Order: sequence, then structure tokens, then C-alpha cells
Amino acid sequence: MELDSKIPSGPIADKWTKHRFEMKLVNPANKRKYDVIVVGTGLAGGSAAATLAELGYNVHAFCFHGSPRRAHSIAAQGGINAAKNYPNDGDSIHRLFYDTVKGGDFRSREANVHRLAEVSVNIIDQCVAQGVPFAREYGGLLDNRSFGGAQVSRTFYARGQTGQQLLLGAYSALSRQIGLGKVRMHVFKEMLDLVVVDGHAKGIITRDLRTGKIESHAAHAVVLATGGYSTVFFLSTNAKGCNVTAGYRAHRRGAAFANPCYTQIHPTCIPQHGDHQAKLTLMSESLRNDGRVWVPKKPNDPRRARDIPEAERDYYLERKYPSFGNLAPRDIASRSAKEACDNGLGVGSSKRGVYLDFRDSISRLGKDAISARYGNLFDMYQRITDENPYEVPMRIYPAPHYTMGGLWVDYNLMSTIPGLFVIGEANFSDHGANRLGASALMQGLADGYFVLPYTIGDYLARIPSTPITAGSEHAAAASEVTKQTEKLLSIDGKRSVDSFHRELGMLMLDKCGMARNEQRLKEAIEQIPAIREEFWENVSVPGSGAELNQQLEKAGRVADYLEFAELMCRDALMRNESCGGHFREEYQTADGEALRDDENYCFAGAWEYTGKGNSPKLHREPLVFENVPLAIRSYK
Amino acid sequence: MNFTLHVWRQKNVDSPGQMVIYPARDISPDSSFIEMIDVVNSGLAEKGEDPIAYEADCLEGICGCCSMTINGIPHGPGRGATTCQLHMRSFQDGEHIYIEPFRSAAFPLVKDLMVDRSSFDRIIQAGGFISVNTGGAQDANSIPIPKDDADLAFDAAQCIGCGACVAGCKNGAAMLFTAAKVAQLARLPQGQPERYRRVVHMVETMDNEGFGSCTNQYECEAVCPKEISVRYIAEMNRDYIKAKLCK
Ligand SMILES: Cc1cc2nc3c(=O)[nH]c(=O)nc-3n(C[C@H](O)[C@H](O)[C@H](O)COP(=O)(O)OP(=O)(O)OC[C@H]3O[C@@H](n4cnc5c(N)ncnc54)[C@H](O)[C@@H]3O)c2cc1C
Repeated sequence: MELDSKIPSGPIADKWTKHRFEMKLVNPANKRKYDVIVVGTGLAGGSAAATLAELGYNVHAFCFHGSPRRAHSIAAQGGINAAKNYPNDGDSIHRLFYDTVKGGDFRSREANVHRLAEVSVNIIDQCVAQGVPFAREYGGLLDNRSFGGAQVSRTFYARGQTGQQLLLGAYSALSRQIGLGKVRMHVFKEMLDLVVVDGHAKGIITRDLRTGKIESHAAHAVVLATGGYSTVFFLSTNAKGCNVTAGYRAHRRGAAFANPCYTQIHPTCIPQHGDHQAKLTLMSESLRNDGRVWVPKKPNDPRRARDIPEAERDYYLERKYPSFGNLAPRDIASRSAKEACDNGLGVGSSKRGVYLDFRDSISRLGKDAISARYGNLFDMYQRITDENPYEVPMRIYPAPHYTMGGLWVDYNLMSTIPGLFVIGEANFSDHGANRLGASALMQGLADGYFVLPYTIGDYLARIPSTPITAGSEHAAAASEVTKQTEKLLSIDGKRSVDSFHRELGMLMLDKCGMARNEQRLKEAIEQIPAIREEFWENVSVPGSGAELNQQLEKAGRVADYLEFAELMCRDALMRNESCGGHFREEYQTADGEALRDDENYCFAGAWEYTGKGNSPKLHREPLVFENVPLAIRSYK
Repeated sequence: MNFTLHVWRQKNVDSPGQMVIYPARDISPDSSFIEMIDVVNSGLAEKGEDPIAYEADCLEGICGCCSMTINGIPHGPGRGATTCQLHMRSFQDGEHIYIEPFRSAAFPLVKDLMVDRSSFDRIIQAGGFISVNTGGAQDANSIPIPKDDADLAFDAAQCIGCGACVAGCKNGAAMLFTAAKVAQLARLPQGQPERYRRVVHMVETMDNEGFGSCTNQYECEAVCPKEISVRYIAEMNRDYIKAKLCK
């Protein structure tokens, strides 16, 4: 396997323009001769499918949800970044580029990030034209707010439901193309394998979740937009259905998986309350604009928050990071919260929590202003915890939230399998070792609206447009899928799928979560195969494969996690440094900050699958920083 | 807490269905409704019995997947909340809870508590969009929109497409769903060029999909988890009549 990033030559600001000119084009009359499969219809897949159809390609879109509007992107709350500089506060494409490279702790590819910053401005234009109701000022122009890791206000938002409004925008564009007959939409269909013919991706195998039918689909190219894998931890802020299956099965077919250990633990989530909990709820990062994070100075302080005087509170983010304060980036804010709780300063019944306090901003701006900004988030908090955040501070704790790792892609967003493109959270491309707030929505839409539609043309223009049908490779892959389904149904064990998922999740959070070390990672690498073995002997999947069977769906996803989790731990163990969301306890500065090792680890680590039971093989893509000089990331 | 669940079980649209009783024991009052069902389902799976099929994903009231009618009310007793946002502390210990799918002729049953709501997607495909291709947009701030209009458009745009409005309506009407999209786009300058075409196409599709008509009972607004106002139905009707008369 060769990793060729295909970064265009020339100055950073000209690369994308130059590349767009150099890429081959498909003649308008020929576009309809090409079939493209898009798996996933969240922000990335929905925008890509719509745009490809507008261009004239024949698009087949798939999702396991009952409607494209239900993708997990719908749940994003806070906002989307763009270098519009409408507030005139010093923003620019270069600054967004710089902030994102630095925010990613120098583990992303400069050229990709610059392109992302360039097209960010087009995204906002596109969404407004679609009728996305972004927040506005009284003058009728768009409003902005700030997010972690930035000192400018560049985040566009639609109350606390930005993801919903952006997804409904992409969904409306997709719906228009479905109505015009240019996209064939397949709902309730889960991709269970990728079909590779002569080294090129040429189709997928799906299971119809309603009837259980296993089906083959052929196309000239395949796009995966299947989202992230935070649910490997079982409890996360992600929707229950998020999974790694599509990506992992493509990995088994030859696509390299890059930086799987780069996961983001979000600092502001509602703490866990019991053993049967199904997910953790995010409280948008935007709350840190007006909320102050603190813990009592005295361990196990029994007093209520309001009774603790100012002098006995530790506003630790403001103290440790005076220039960014409560808006320190996510990895740093999360680690600080964990540190406070590890030192016995945590609050709430579980003692795994810190305060996020709005008292001062309510007295400064008034309750109404705070309610206008965050009303729905405050209501959500109250509904879940039965506490009123206007009166008492919120309690928050970090939770798994986003995965920077994903399938390796080159500058054209193509994986190591020619013809297989990967976009959105499912790829590894733009966020390095830590993602800044409001930049996942930006990346998903950048990939789908403005990058992939160009780069896929360059690939298609080089292959014949002869009609493509399912052949023997499709049949072979379909029969493997059928076999796995039958196997899962035949085990007839005693433990539910969820019980395995929960066990794996707890192990991963403990050993490959916010803080990692060699010993615990080695333990995990030993323990995961044992859980996997028990799973294949003792899982209970009732019912049949020829009908809707949700336990079977989950079992397939958990089976993949039981392999993938091991890859994550191997990646974390390989990386003998701390960077962004990957914090190895052995590698830290005297004051507990992440200690990078640029000499030895300034690369993206892409893993090649080498067969069942074999160790995966590491390939290194060196990362070169010519425009943002490698520096210690400081937010002090 | 302990409960007795009466759950609608139906293998598929062609088989007959019935209410089946299940105990739910040792449930934390802080559990969500979905978490409570998961506990029951884990127990069923471990006994080798078929767990209750239901749809739910984001578990924070925004994806629109969950679709349960609880004690006769779509999404249950919580106001302005979906099933997944309902907590067991809203029920009495020992209570009998009746759980059924969202029922409507236009939402064919998939299994147990799961229904097929693709008729909603077809209404959107008929016109719930602004025809603008990627790349064709002007600078976002070149279209100023009064804040009040933007806010009203947003209120309508909050619809999550869950279908509670249909399930709660004795006529099975989809007027609130359709009107929310029509009104969102009609409030915005970008939505004007297609305004009258859009409303006609969407309303006709809605009728063809087998949804009923509105008889002003306002049950839809009462059960809407986003509390979308019935006033948008009046706005849609006005636009529809205008479109028909001017044609
Ligand atoms: C609670 C929350 C809040 C967030 N807030 C923000 C924010 O404010 N700003 C920001 O920038 N980012 C935010 N994020 C991150 C952001 O929402 C996601 O990273 C982004 O939406 C992912 O989009 P996507 O299109 O890549 O994937 P998704 O939206 O997850 O879509 C995945 C799609 O793939 C389909 N799929 C998956 N597997 C298969 C399969 N095997 N077969 C068929 N279909 C499949 C699904 O049906 C779905 O359509 C937030 C995330 C969370 C969890």
C-alpha cells in the first residue's frame, strides 16, 4: 500500500484554484452515464448526493434511517464556522486556517485545512439561499458568536439547532433531486460490505432493514458519508445508531484507517445518572460564551453551590488559561475537568461533575437575554436533571463526542481504494488530533457541496462510462454478508447485544479515553479479544433474518466495534506522544499539558488490514508545516 | 419504580396485531421512556424472545425517529417533548402504561411501534425546497431579512417531521407538517419565486398520500413536540386559495 496525499504544488492559497483547473472534467452529456453510490445522507452525504445530481450524475443514495432527514447531523446544536469576517473583528481565511491547524495540534494536513477555510464562506451563502433561518440582527444581517479555540466571532447559528437547520437545507436540496428523479433514495438500507472489482470500488451490499433482503448495488464510484464512531464508548453524545460498520468493512476490503485513536471528549455534557442510561446529552459549547466553569476549592465541599463564597471557588479555566478562559479548546477543557474531579473537587452525587455557572451573566445581561441565547438548552437541561439552571449552576462532565480519525483519504478525498471516496466525519482529513467547535458542520458541507463534486469528476473522467452491473464479486460479497447474518442468529447465547456493547464501552472509556498510558492500553489489547470471543459464543440474537430485527442490526455493529476497538488501542499505543484529544500520561509537561513529539510522530498513521487475526500494518504519511510553523500550542 | 406495560405487537403490516402485557421492574425515575423500554427489551432478548421494535436515535428530541402513542397521546403526557425526552418520573409508580405506534392510513406499519413515514418525504419532494443549485448563491448578507421574519420562519422550521400531528388528529391530517414548511419558505424573500407553485404541489401531494382534512380541532398543535402553531395552517390555506384563484 502506498500513501500518496496528492497535495498540489504551489503556494497554499493557490493550491485549490490551481487543482480545480488541472482536474479533468466529465462532459455534461456524459455525466448521466455514470452511476455514483452515496452511503449516508447526513450533512456530508446529503449535500454531496444533491450536488452530484444537480451536475447530472446518476445518484443512488442510501441510509439506514427511515428518512434522510433523521441523520445524526440533525442533533448538532451550536453552529458552523465561516471566515466571512462580517463582525469586522480581524477574521480571514488565513486566520480560520491557522486556528484550525493549531486547534488540531499540528496533526492535520495544511492543504486540506486551507481549502476548508476557503470554501467556508460559500457554505453560508449556499445555506442562506436554501432558506436556512440563521440568527439575524435587527438590521436584517447575519449574527455571529464565538466558539472555543478562537478569538474572533465567526460562528453562524440557528438558535440551538444549527445542525437541524443545515441538514434540513441539504435534505431539501436532496429532496428536490429525488423529486426530479435524479437521485434514487434507498431508506432503511444498511451497507454491510463494499464490493471491489479489479482494485476499484464498484458497489455495495446492503440489507433491507424491513424485509431482511440482502441486495447488491453496482456503480462507477462509491462515496461513504457514514459519520463517526463515538458510540464505540457505548455512552456518548452521538445518536444510538451511529456506528463504524461501513468504514470498518471498507477497511477490511483494503481502505487504510487513519488515526483511529484521535477521539474527542466534549467538556460540556450532562453527567451520567445511572446504570441503564442509553446516552449522554451534550450541552452546547456555545454556553461557555456566558457560563463560567468552576469547582469548590475544598474537596468534598458539602455546601450548595450558591452558599460557596467567591473566594472559595476555583474558576480553573480562567486561572490556567487567562487569554482564552472558559473558551479554551475542548481537549484542554475536558482534561482540566477530569483533573479537578480526580483531585476530589468534583460536584454532584457522583462527584464526576463541575459547575457551569450563569449567575454573573444573568446579573450582567438579564435573564431574558440569556434565555434568548440559550433558552432551549436550559429547558433541555431542566427536563433531564429536574434542576433549574437559571437558579443553580449546571453540572457538566466530559463525554465522548466526535471522532477525528477515519478512513484515510488523499487531497481528492479518495481512500486507498480507487473509486472509494470518504467525506464528513467518516474521513480523517481536516481536524488533526482535536476538532474545534463548529467546524464539523463546516467540513461536512465543504466536502459535500464544494470539494467532492469536483474531485470525483477527475476520477470518473479517467474510467470508461460503460454501464455497470453486479457481477461475481458482488455475489461473493453478498454471500459473505448472508453468512455473517446467519452466524449471528445461530449463536443462541445468553447475553444481550447491549450488555457486550456496554462492557466494551466501559473498557474503552477507562483505557482509551481521556487519559491513556502504555500499561492500560496493553491490558485493553488483551481484554478486547476475550470479550469478542465471548460475544461470538454467547450473544443472544432472537428472531430471524428475514424480517425487521433490530437486535441483529445492533449485533453486526457491535461485532465490528469489537474488532475496531482493538485497532484504536493499538494506534494509541503506537503514538508515544500526547497531542490534542490523544493524551498519554507518560508524555506531559511539568504543568500537565500535552507534550508532542514532532521529531518522531509528525505523521498521520494509516493502518492497513492484513487479514483476520493478523496485526494491522502501519503506514505513515509525513505532515509538513510550511505555513503555520510547528509550535507548542498555548492558550495561556 | 415498577410499571405494567401494554404494548402493541404486530409482526408486519399484513399480520394482525394485539396488545401484550410486560412488567417493567426496578426502573429509575430518572430513566427516559426509551431507556425503560431498553431494560424490558434486554430482558426479552436474554430469554430468547423477540424484543419490542421501535424507532429512536438521537434521544434528545430532534431527529424525529421516536413515534409512540402513550396512554392515547402521541409522545405521551409531556408538553413540547418527544417520547425520548419523557422521563419515568412523569408516571406514577405501579401505573399501567399503554404504548401504541403512531396510527395513520398514510403511515403503514413496519413492526410493533415502528411506522413508515416516507409519505412526509414525498410531500417535501413535491416542493418543500428553494430551487438553487450548489454554487449559484450570492453573498449571504446581500439578502437582509427582518429579524422578526427570520424568527417566525425559524419557529416554523423547527418541525422534526415525527408525525405526532397526524397521529393526534382524528382525521389523520398532515396540515401542520405541510404548513410549517410552506410558511417557513413563504416568510423568506428567497422563498418568493416559487411560493404559489410550492403550496399547490405540496398540498396536492399531501391529499394524494391519503392524509385527511383539517376540521380545526388543534390537536396537532397540542401534541407537537416543537409546539408549532396552527396559525401556519391558516397561512397555508390563504396561499393555497390565492394560488388557485390566480391561476
Ligand atoms: C450532540 C452533538 C452536537 C454537535 N454540535 C456540533 C456543532 O454545533 N457544530 C459542529 O460543527 N459540529 C457539531 N457536532 C458534530 C457534527 O454534528 C457531526 O460531526 C456531523 O454532523 C457529521 O455529519 P456526517 O454527515 O459526516 O454524518 P452523519 O450525520 O452521522 O450521517 C451519517 C449517515 O450515514 C448513514 N449510515 C451510517 N452507516 C450506514 C450504513 N452502514 N449503511 C447505510 N447508511 C449508513 C446514516 O443513516 C446517516 O444518514 C455535533 C455532534 C453531536 C453529537
